Amino acid sequence: MRVLAAMSGGVDSAVAAARAAEAGYDVTGVHLALSKNPQSYRTGARGCCTVEDSRDARRAADVIGIPFYVWDMAEEFDREVVQDFVSEYAAGRTPNPCLRCNEKIKFEAVLERAVALGFDAVCTGHHVRMVDGRLRRSVDLAKDQSYVLAVLTREQLAHAMFPLGDCTKAEVRAEAERRGLTVADKPDSHDICFIADGDTAGFLNRRLGSEPGPIVDESGTVLGTHNGAHAFTVGQRKGLNLGGAVDRRYVLSIEPVNNTVTVGPRAALEIDEIVGERPVWSGCDPLTEPFACTVQLRAHGEVHPCRAWERDGELIVQLDEPATGVAAGQAAVLYDGDVVLGSATIRSAVSRARQTSPAS
Amino acid sequence: MYLDHAATTPVRPEVIADMTEEFGVLGNASSLHGAGRRARRVVEESREAVADALGATPHEVVFTSGGTEADNLAIKGLYWARHQADPARRRILVSAVEHHAVLDPARWMADHQGAVYEELPVDSYGRVDPQTLRAAIRRDPASVALVSVMWANNEVGTVQPIGELAAIAAEYAIPFHTDAVQAVGTETVDFAAAGVSALTVTGHKLGGPVGAGALLLARGVDPVPVLHGGGQEREVRSGTLMTPLLRGLATALRLAVAERQAHAAELARLRDELVASVRAVVPDAQLNGHPTERLAGTAHISFPGCEGDALLMLLDARGIECSTGSACSAGVAQASHVLLAMGADPDTARSSLRLSLGHGSSEGDVKAFADAIGPAVERARAARDKRR
Repeated sequence: MRVLAAMSGGVDSAVAAARAAEAGYDVTGVHLALSKNPQSYRTGARGCCTVEDSRDARRAADVIGIPFYVWDMAEEFDREVVQDFVSEYAAGRTPNPCLRCNEKIKFEAVLERAVALGFDAVCTGHHVRMVDGRLRRSVDLAKDQSYVLAVLTREQLAHAMFPLGDCTKAEVRAEAERRGLTVADKPDSHDICFIADGDTAGFLNRRLGSEPGPIVDESGTVLGTHNGAHAFTVGQRKGLNLGGAVDRRYVLSIEPVNNTVTVGPRAALEIDEIVGERPVWSGCDPLTEPFACTVQLRAHGEVHPCRAWERDGELIVQLDEPATGVAAGQAAVLYDGDVVLGSATIRSAVSRARQTSPAS
Repeated sequence: MYLDHAATTPVRPEVIADMTEEFGVLGNASSLHGAGRRARRVVEESREAVADALGATPHEVVFTSGGTEADNLAIKGLYWARHQADPARRRILVSAVEHHAVLDPARWMADHQGAVYEELPVDSYGRVDPQTLRAAIRRDPASVALVSVMWANNEVGTVQPIGELAAIAAEYAIPFHTDAVQAVGTETVDFAAAGVSALTVTGHKLGGPVGAGALLLARGVDPVPVLHGGGQEREVRSGTLMTPLLRGLATALRLAVAERQAHAAELARLRDELVASVRAVVPDAQLNGHPTERLAGTAHISFPGCEGDALLMLLDARGIECSTGSACSAGVAQASHVLLAMGADPDTARSSLRLSLGHGSSEGDVKAFADAIGPAVERARAARDKRR
């Protein structure tokens, strides 16, 4: 079996490739160049697409003893991830670009190219397990990445290989050290790889322009002004600069059309019904009746007991208890225990009692 | 199976033997004692051999670490010297298909030293028409600092009309540099007969060691140094002379020139066979470069509907080593500036492979490549279709 190992230059993907090679697969390492001008993205070793990362990946492949190439995926990445990121924010939503990159780049553009070139699977260093074709959380819950992979279809998962899900990050680092992979101590990447300075608001301002607009309360009373609605996320409390407001106020919704940010008390953030678009069911057949399971509503977020089902091509999730800080554009990922059942992109979230919709 | 001799070549056994012997001998060629004098003798014998092989005189040979250093010295050094002598001289004329070792220093001089960078366009074969050069100079002869046109192109193999071009520059007393790195192994390269002012050569493209090369400088052509220090090479280039490597360079050059005619004829025969067998399998494959004025060992072929880097990977997996020919940026293949300058569209430029033959290439290589290329093209086309 021929396996294409996507190697970011970090420790996880290096150990994943090493494990795949050791398991006897015919492994080829590929670093994905995601920018035409690599220096324009992140500098240093924190991101995933610098020249230094490419060299680290090459060196790891040398140590493992597998062929290594760089694939230019800059056009696809810009189109599917960066532009999507910008337009989602422009629409008042909060996208997850890592999820989109898995969906559209690693397990679509790269996978399709790999299959055409004679590979059978794409291997990555994600912390997630695959059991009988179903995604399960990593044993290292702090590093678990099932949330950003739940968007994959069964067909995509059938060609995916995740060798790291059965061990912790600490064990991965120790194994890298043992294998002589010099990336063993490389810091984890955290921020968005294509925003070099970590300043998401600044990045969006440059792409979208920043237009001052009103900050209003639920009754429409203007409380202040902002410098661009797309800098805000539902549930956000900091950075509103509303001066001496008595209560703490949270962002309830963002309306890009009239450039308005609506704020209110924390209670107004509480929602218990979520509608998701484009549901994907990788862990079970589509649920047509309400099914008791759990749902995760943002990366590294808590899980909420719920009932979920598909209705008219949309995912309906009714939470047992209200949740806050649910933003449109994020994924709602359903779990049965630690097995991923399915996923959808959050379109709206409302409180059934109040019939209000902070995340619209 | 190695089809990438334009990148580097196997070191000839005679060269390895000479260098191995020399590595065992102590001595800095600049020292005044016995060990130094012995090393100096080896260096000067090497210089004479290099000069002899290339139609130059020994004092015209300035040893360098290789082609890139020689090109940098020629472009920067000659610009500085000419500009100092007359500040009106600011234009650097280079062909659009030069190696980056020429293009980048020339552009750097424009970006940082006030030079004016000017590209000489090429025809669809990659050749500079001598009248193009004449017209470019004539626009303002007094402002030209230097001209640089490569002897033969490293990607498509097209050989330039160097004698004619150099003669035009000479009419205006403008120094003319040529990067002959790719040419020396199979073309007749005679420094004096060509009438050029400066010529770059390197060892590792013709069976010699990597890390040794030379810039030939005609009498009266004195670039400002780029490397300052001990002034070991005519005060134009500093750095301890690498005696074993220079001896290897001399041996390789001597062998290459002595065998050139027969070697070139054999390579051309193999190469034509290679091209014919590729075309038999992939009928729409397109041979790039000049049909006749082309390096004997080079076949640069576009495979419509493929990406060159996919082909390279598929062939590599079958043990066939070749190149897309173009420069990389962080490992990412860029559309070749050479193909683009020849008028190719970016897709065609990205669909190409450079196959370059050399010592050790055989009928077996040709056959193995012909067997492998069909399935590789089929897969690469499927992969390309997926990307649309």
